Amino acid sequence: MTQVNSGIPSAASNGLCSCHVCRLVSRRSRFSRREHCPRCGATLHFRKPRSIERCWALVIASYILYIPANLLVMMETGSLINYRKDTIVSGVVHLWKTGSWMIAVIVFIASVAIPVLKLFSLTFLLISVQRRSTWRPRQRTRLFRLLEAVGRWSMLDIYVVTLLAALVQLGSLAVVKAGPAAVAFGAVVILTMFATMQFDPRLIWDPLQKEEIHD
Amino acid sequence: MADRPAQLIACHECDLLQRDIPLNPGCTASCRRCGAVLYRNATDSINRTLAYTLAAGILFVVANSFPIFSIEVSGDRSAITLFGAVRALWEQGVRTISVMVFITAILVPCLELFSLTALLLPLKLGLVPPKYTLFMRTLQFIEPWGMVEVFMLGVLVSLVKLTNNFRVIPGFALYSFGLLTLLIAAAAASFSARDIWNRLDEMMRQEGA
Ligand SMILES: [Zn+2]
Repeated sequence: MTQVNSGIPSAASNGLCSCHVCRLVSRRSRFSRREHCPRCGATLHFRKPRSIERCWALVIASYILYIPANLLVMMETGSLINYRKDTIVSGVVHLWKTGSWMIAVIVFIASVAIPVLKLFSLTFLLISVQRRSTWRPRQRTRLFRLLEAVGRWSMLDIYVVTLLAALVQLGSLAVVKAGPAAVAFGAVVILTMFATMQFDPRLIWDPLQKEEIHD
Repeated sequence: MADRPAQLIACHECDLLQRDIPLNPGCTASCRRCGAVLYRNATDSINRTLAYTLAAGILFVVANSFPIFSIEVSGDRSAITLFGAVRALWEQGVRTISVMVFITAILVPCLELFSLTALLLPLKLGLVPPKYTLFMRTLQFIEPWGMVEVFMLGVLVSLVKLTNNFRVIPGFALYSFGLLTLLIAAAAASFSARDIWNRLDEMMRQEGA
C-alpha cells in the first residue's frame, strides 16, 4: 500500500502521476526522463508538457488572425436584385434587420461572443497561472471547463457558409461565395480549441500547495 | 505493476488525490476540491453505448446518402448532401474550409463510431478488443472535434436564411441528421472509459490466473 501524505493533497506532490489516457494513478520518479503507464503504455507526465508556452503561442496567433477574420468578407451573396458582401458582424446586423432575431442572436453568440470570451479568458488564465495567483482557483477552473464546453460552437458560421455556398449556384440567378474571412475565422476556431487543450488546469492549483511541478 | 497504488484517483483538473469509492447506479462522483466530474456509475454502460453506437452508425450512412434539403428557383432545383457541400467548396477553391468541414462533420463522427464499435463489440462478446489502447486514445483525441450537433444548428440557420429568398424543400437526410445528433449524444452520455478499463483489467487478471 502507498502512504498518502495527507498534508499535501495533490498526486504529483506525492510522486504519483495520473495517466492522461486511462487515468491510472501510478508512481513515477520525478527525475527520470521518460516513463510509461503500466496499463496502457502512454507516456506519463505530471503536467501537460510546456503547457503555458504552447498555449500562449496559440492564443497570440489567434489574436492576430482574429483581425482579418472580422475585417474581411465572410460571405458574398449575389442575385439579380441585390449584391452584398458581409463581414461577420454585418451579417449578424443584416439578419437582425430582416427580422430573424433568433438566428441573429445565435450567430452573434457563436461567431462573436464565444471567440472573444475564449481569447480573453485564456489570456486571463495564463497570466494568473504565470503569476502563481491563489485567487479563486475554483472559479478559474470552472471558467476553463466552460471554455472547453463552448469552443466548438464557433464553427456554426463556417457550416452555414459551406451549405449556402454549395447550394446556391443556380447560374446567374443567385450566387453565394465564401470570402477570405471564412478561412481566417476557421483558423481562429481551430487554434483556440488547440490552445484550450494545451492549457493544464492543474497549474491553477499548484501555487496553493506551494508546489512547482513541471512536465 | 507492483507499486500501483490501489483505488486511488487523481482529479484531472486539480490533481487532488482521492479514493475511488463504489457509487449507486446513475450517480456521479465529483472532485471535493474543484468540482470536476471524476467518474460516473453509468448503468449498463457497455451494452447501452454499443446499442446507441450501432443505431447511430446506420443513421450516419443514411444521413450522408440523401439530400439534406433543396431549393427551387423558377423551376430549377438544387439539392445538397453533406459530402456534396464539401466537394463543391473544394471545387470553388475554398479548400481550407472544405477540409475543416470534412474533418469535423464527416471524418471525426465516422472514426468515433468506428472506434466505439471496435471496442465495445468484442467486450460484449467477452473478448479482449485488438488494439484497444489505440482506439481508446483515438476516442480521447478526437472527442472535441466531432461537431455533428453544431452542424445540425448550421443546417437550421441556413434553412432560415434561405426561406427569405427561396422555396426550401427539406430532405430525408435532414431528419436523419436530427436523430443522429440525439443518438451520438446518448452514446456519449452512456459511455464510460472507466468501465472499459475496469473490464479490461478484469479480463487480463483472469487470463493471467
Ligand atoms: Zn479537482
